[in-house]
Amino acid sequence: MLSEHLVDLSRLQFAAVALFHFLFVPLTLGMSFMLVIMESIYVLTNKPIYKDMTQFWGKLFGINFAMGVATGLTMEFEFGMNWAYYSHYAGSVFGAPLAIEGMMAFFLESTFVGMFFFGWDRMSKRAHLACTWLTAIGTNLSALWILVGNAWMQNPVGSEFNWQTMRMEVTSFSEVILNPVAQVKFLHTVAACYCVGALFVLGVSSYYLLRKRDLAFAKRSFAIAATFGMVSVISVIMLGDESGYTLGDVQQTKLAAIEAEWHTEPAPAAFTLAALPDQQAMTDNYAIRIPYLLGIIATRSLDKQVTGLTELMQEHEQRIRSGIAAYALLKKLRAGDDSMQTLTEFNRIKDDLGYGLLLKKYTAEVTDASESQIKAAARDTIPRVAPIFWSFRIMVGCGIAMFIIFALAFYVTLKRKIGQHSWLLKTCLLAMPLPWIAAECGWFVAEYGRQPWSISGVLPTIFSASSLSPGDLWFSLITIPLVYSLLFMVEIYLMCRFARRGPSSMHTGRYHFEQTA
Amino acid sequence: MIDYETLRLIWWVLIGALLIGFAIMDGFDMGVGMLIPFVGDNDTQRRIAINAIAPHWDGNQVWLICAGGALFAAWPLVYATAFSGFYIAMVLLLVALYLRPVAFDYRSKIEHPLWRHSWDWLLALGSLLPPLICGIAFGNLLQGVPFHFSEWMRPIYSGSFFELLNPFALICAVISALMILTQGASYLMMKTQDEVASRARLAAIICALLTAIFFTLAGLWVAYGLDGFIISGPINPSAPSNPQLKSVVTEAGAWLNNYSLHPWMVFAPITGILGCIGCWMMARAARPVGAFICSSTKIAGIILTAGFSMFPFVMPSITNPDSSLTLWNASSSQKTLMIMLIAAAILLPLILFYTSWTHKKMFGRVTKEHIEQNPHSLY
Repeated sequence: MLSEHLVDLSRLQFAAVALFHFLFVPLTLGMSFMLVIMESIYVLTNKPIYKDMTQFWGKLFGINFAMGVATGLTMEFEFGMNWAYYSHYAGSVFGAPLAIEGMMAFFLESTFVGMFFFGWDRMSKRAHLACTWLTAIGTNLSALWILVGNAWMQNPVGSEFNWQTMRMEVTSFSEVILNPVAQVKFLHTVAACYCVGALFVLGVSSYYLLRKRDLAFAKRSFAIAATFGMVSVISVIMLGDESGYTLGDVQQTKLAAIEAEWHTEPAPAAFTLAALPDQQAMTDNYAIRIPYLLGIIATRSLDKQVTGLTELMQEHEQRIRSGIAAYALLKKLRAGDDSMQTLTEFNRIKDDLGYGLLLKKYTAEVTDASESQIKAAARDTIPRVAPIFWSFRIMVGCGIAMFIIFALAFYVTLKRKIGQHSWLLKTCLLAMPLPWIAAECGWFVAEYGRQPWSISGVLPTIFSASSLSPGDLWFSLITIPLVYSLLFMVEIYLMCRFARRGPSSMHTGRYHFEQTA
Repeated sequence: MIDYETLRLIWWVLIGALLIGFAIMDGFDMGVGMLIPFVGDNDTQRRIAINAIAPHWDGNQVWLICAGGALFAAWPLVYATAFSGFYIAMVLLLVALYLRPVAFDYRSKIEHPLWRHSWDWLLALGSLLPPLICGIAFGNLLQGVPFHFSEWMRPIYSGSFFELLNPFALICAVISALMILTQGASYLMMKTQDEVASRARLAAIICALLTAIFFTLAGLWVAYGLDGFIISGPINPSAPSNPQLKSVVTEAGAWLNNYSLHPWMVFAPITGILGCIGCWMMARAARPVGAFICSSTKIAGIILTAGFSMFPFVMPSITNPDSSLTLWNASSSQKTLMIMLIAAAILLPLILFYTSWTHKKMFGRVTKEHIEQNPHSLY
């Protein structure tokens, strides 16, 4: 039997580390393209102000980048450290995108980011611009590969279980790469990251405009951020809808949890706008519903059903029973009986093996599971609905708010009225946390909504953890977040300090504090 | 498609190459990081040293990330067993590695001496711990690690953190730190001038000599005081990866068997020693480029010595030798190894190409004048 408490500690630690990491990564991703745009304009127009913009925003980018690098290392090591069994079970598939990410993306990004900061006097303008481009491409490729890995955990295609090695192995790597979840997820995630970068620059520029200083610098930054943000936020929303559609195909449980759809409704299902989901009674209290909408989002049709949680649970119970049989056959195979009959039978039902492993939470020997344990395991296949339901709605709410802000900012940019509406500037400044909230909620939905699986339908989270002692876990659970928090406070301090000083922090002599002083 | 046995061997070579690449490349900036409090009396001198590695440390660190990723993909069992087994050590390694990027970037952002001083020491600590911990890990691999597998192939580690800190492992840690210090010192000799360069030269001379001495001591210890591991019975290098299907015995001095079986392997320890001596001589003669080349060669020699001695073992088990992981039984599937080989064959030459391009662009020594003229745009 596995200690649920220890697994929860590991989950807590992983969640903390991942959510921390994702404070920095989106800004890096988003800002890298803002820098590309600014520097490209500089090279095309030769106006020094665009070089100053690239260098100043690059300074803020650098402060954030350092934390992104520091927290990224943990993510890679964490799999082996805390999820050793997952690493063994999945490494043959999941390891490949991770290794390719290192070779293809991290090297590119990290090598050229050094040139971005220190190569200004060492090469031609065009060569430097190329370095900036390569940094941005590297960060984006890195997101692509890690999301290919993550998508495989959400929707494990292109692979199958090998009883001889006791792990998942690749059958088709192109299927792993072209996983539909990976495609939409990548685009949705990077577009969300661009929003983070855009709203960051928009907010800080608004601050200078409110203070009526460095106007030429701030207006240009505002215009670029508003335009880039407008394009990004539209992509986020469109691709968010697209991922809803993909989810309906491959992760029915998560979709039903997001919608708190306890029972299959006749098609087309209504969309639950708000409700208080009750896990025990499996109903929604005080639900506000919009007819037809869910059916349209999830199936792109009016006649296909969206399966409800109760029905999914019944399906899962069947698969658990079949998983017990698969488990028994696997034991036979491992004991040396690899007769044709055992093999054929095992191959027929081996996709249900993971469902059998869900019983490991209740009994050491899956084949001895009692009827009530099977029922309990089936109930476990449904995630806790309320947190998923609500974080999804917070994410969408932030997205809509951002859309309005970017639309207004873009409108004043087009009308050449930047800086004339102080209420808009204040809104932009105050809205700066929105994209981060949305992004963190989005990850929460994706990862918490996958529970109880670490690999959907294949490997339960509780079975994925390392065999560690509580002391080990407490040590890391305290040490890592503590160091992160301390460094994070330093980062925030430096960010605020440099953002407040603005472009004068570059000591060119051309900006606000230097001219008045 | 290349056959499984050859692929497994190729990946043993490639992971070795990634580790050596990591030690040579990240080694020079970690070495410089450790030396910063010592080569610089004042802030300008320290900034000279930091800016000598500023454009490259981040790219260098990716060698470690790549080695980690390759381990995950090519030897998932090794990745799982080692990273969860050495848990506390890994957490310490991570904390050390957090300090470096942040220290590099934040140090010069504020001029207060206390601020800068603190970051200098954190940078030194963050650069010292990783080589020490890697050395300790290698020292324990050579002695065998207390782990076994459950029925479901779950790796179970039965040692404690403090058992890792045994005398032999500590010697390995010292070698590792000294070899990285030599690397950093000879790099600084190349990239700086005046006091910083001359202090770096002194450090290179001392550390190169000490590396040779401790490496020889460790070699004698392995020959006369350590049990090596031998696979008893036939092995099938193309069988599915399953470490439970073989038997292993331990025997005094067995880590030297490979050198009598394949005498050419002796070039590795010889290169290690000659590299140290070469670096020592070149540093004395004030020839920085030669010293750096010798120092890099010695790193390759020392790491290869460890790899050759253990071949085909990667992570031997002391509690249940039959569970020992070798390159034949801990690897990924044939298909994955092939996919990754194709990726590496395309990407590694590209990486080497653009990395050399950046070094070419940043060619030349970091001067005092340059540092003093750019108080705000450099580190």
